[in-house]
Amino acid sequence: MAVDSGIHRDTVRISIQQGPSESPGPQQEVASPSAPVLRIRDLNVFYGAFHAVKDVDMDIAQNAITAFIGPSGCGKSTVLRCINRMNDLIPTARVEGTVEYHGQDVNGRGVDPVEVRRRIGMVFQRPNPFPKSIHENVAWGARINGYKGNISDLVQQCLERAALWGEVKDKLKDSGLSLSGGQQQRLCIARALATNPDVILLDEPASALDPISTLKIEELLRELATDYTIVIVTHNMQQAARVSDQTVFFSLSDERQGILVEAGPTQKMFTNPADPRTEGYITGRFG
Amino acid sequence: MSTSVAAAQGSEQYRARLGVRRVLSEFWRWIFFASTALAIVLLGMLLYSILVPGLPWLSWHLITEMPSRIPEQAGMNSAIWGSIWVVLGSAVLSFVLGLGTAIYLEEYAEKNRWTAFIQTNISNLAGVPSIVYGLLGLVVFVDLMNMGRSVLAGAFTMAILILPIVVISAREAIRAVPSSLRQASYGLGATKWQTVRSHVLPVAFPGILTGVILAMSRAIGETAPLIVVGGASQVLFRPGSPTDPFMVMPLQIYNWTGRPQPEFEHLAAAAIIVLMIVLLIVNSLAIGLREYFSKKTRI
Repeated sequence: MAVDSGIHRDTVRISIQQGPSESPGPQQEVASPSAPVLRIRDLNVFYGAFHAVKDVDMDIAQNAITAFIGPSGCGKSTVLRCINRMNDLIPTARVEGTVEYHGQDVNGRGVDPVEVRRRIGMVFQRPNPFPKSIHENVAWGARINGYKGNISDLVQQCLERAALWGEVKDKLKDSGLSLSGGQQQRLCIARALATNPDVILLDEPASALDPISTLKIEELLRELATDYTIVIVTHNMQQAARVSDQTVFFSLSDERQGILVEAGPTQKMFTNPADPRTEGYITGRFG
Repeated sequence: MSTSVAAAQGSEQYRARLGVRRVLSEFWRWIFFASTALAIVLLGMLLYSILVPGLPWLSWHLITEMPSRIPEQAGMNSAIWGSIWVVLGSAVLSFVLGLGTAIYLEEYAEKNRWTAFIQTNISNLAGVPSIVYGLLGLVVFVDLMNMGRSVLAGAFTMAILILPIVVISAREAIRAVPSSLRQASYGLGATKWQTVRSHVLPVAFPGILTGVILAMSRAIGETAPLIVVGGASQVLFRPGSPTDPFMVMPLQIYNWTGRPQPEFEHLAAAAIIVLMIVLLIVNSLAIGLREYFSKKTRI
C-alpha cells in the first residue's frame, strides 16, 4: 500500500534499530501490532513550580490512531509535546520520567532533539504554513534533513498523501498562506510527511476549521494510519470516537494536576468505560 | 441576595450618557488632530526659514565645487562625499554588529538577569550624548587603533553611536516573528540556526532595515562626534579610500554659520537643503531595498 513512501522509509526502519531492547533482524521490520512505538512511564511535567502533569503511564500502538481527550488544562497537549521534546523550547518546563521511542528514551543522554523531531512529526492547532510557496513549504523540511532524492517528486507524493495535490498542483509557486484554513492544515500535514517520520503528533488539528474541512482531515488521518502511528489531541469527543482506535482520557486531580484516568480501545471507552470519571465526561456531565 | 443580582440586569441600573460619551470622543479626536497639526506647522516654519535664505544660493556649483573663502565660489562637494562615505560605512558596520547582537540576545541567550541588565544598558546607550561617542572614537579608533582622522574612524564612531538604535529595532523585529513559525520549523527537525536563517530573519528583515534607515537619518545629521574625530578643518578633496581624511555636510554647515560674512549664512541654508535632499535619496534607496526584500518574503 505504501508504494510512494517505500524508498526512503526503509532507511529509517533500519537506522532506528539502535535501542538495546531491539533485536536486530529482518523479522523486526514487520513489527507486531502489539509492540508499542511509544512507551511512556512515570511522566511528570512541571512549569516552574506548577506540577502540570502527574505520573502518566501509557503505551502507544503502531499504525493506529490514539486520541487524547479530556477537559481543558488537563495536560493533553503537554504530554503530546513531551513525545517529540517540543517542551524543550519552553524555558520553565521540566520533564521527569521516560518517553521511550522504539525502546530508546527520547530524553536520554546523547539523543538530539532535532533527530527526535524528524522521526516524530508534529501538526499544530492553528495552521502555520511558512510564508513561502506551497512547494517550498513541503520541500524545506526534506532539504534541511538532507533528502537526496528528487524534491519535486517528494513534494508531489507528500501532497498526494495529504489529499491536497489535486487542489494545488497548478499553483505550487503560490504562497502557502493563500490557501483556505483546511487546505493550510493539510499542507502542514504534507510538510510533516516530507521529513519521513513514523509518528505524527496532531495538537487539536481541526479546532480552527469548519466542519467540512474537519471531516477531510479525519478521513485523511484514517488513510495515514495504515503507514503511520498517529497521536491526536482533541476537544471534540465525537472526533475521537470517529477517528481513533485507542482513546486516552485525561482529567484533573483534586490538586489541579493533569492525570491519566483511563486508556483503552475507543469502542470500549465510549460504550463501557471502567472509570466513573470517564463515563461522566463522555456523557457530558462535566468538562 | 439573588434578587439584587437579578435587579442589576434591569435597565434602570444603567445610565448610558450617550451624549457625554459622544462629546468626549470628539474632544479627543480634536486633541490628536491638534498635535499632528502643530508638528506639521513647526516643520513648515522650519522649512520656510531655510528655503527663503537658502534657495537663491542653491546652485550647481555648490554641489560640484570644493570649499572656498569666497562665498560665491564655495561648494560642498567634499562634504557630500564625506557624508556618503561615513553614513554608508557606519550603516554597514552597525547592521552587521547590531543584527548579530540582536539575534544572539533574542534567539540564543538565556532570559536571565544578565540579559535583562544588558538590554537595559543598550537602551541607556541610546540616550548618551553624542559628543561622548566622539571622545570614545578619538581615544579608541583614532589613537588606540591608529586609524587617524580618517573616514574609517568616522564610520566606526558613527556605527557605535547608532548601534543601540539598530539593536533595539532589530530585537523588536525578531520578537515580532510569530512563535508558531519557529515551532513549525523545530517540529520538522530544524536546528536553531536553520530556523533563524530560513524563517525568522526573512520575516524580520524589513523591520530590521527600518531600524537601519532610521539610524542612518540620525547619522547623516550628526555633527558633534565628528568634530572630535574628524576635526573641523577644511578638506579640499573628496575621500578616495577609507583611510583618507574627510569632511561631512553638518560640519560644513557648522563651519559656514560661524563665519563673519552674511553670505555664508545663506550658503549654510542652501547646504541644509542639499543635506535634506541627500538624506531623502539615501533613505529612498534603503526603503526601496526594504520593499524588495519584504516582497520576496511575503510571497
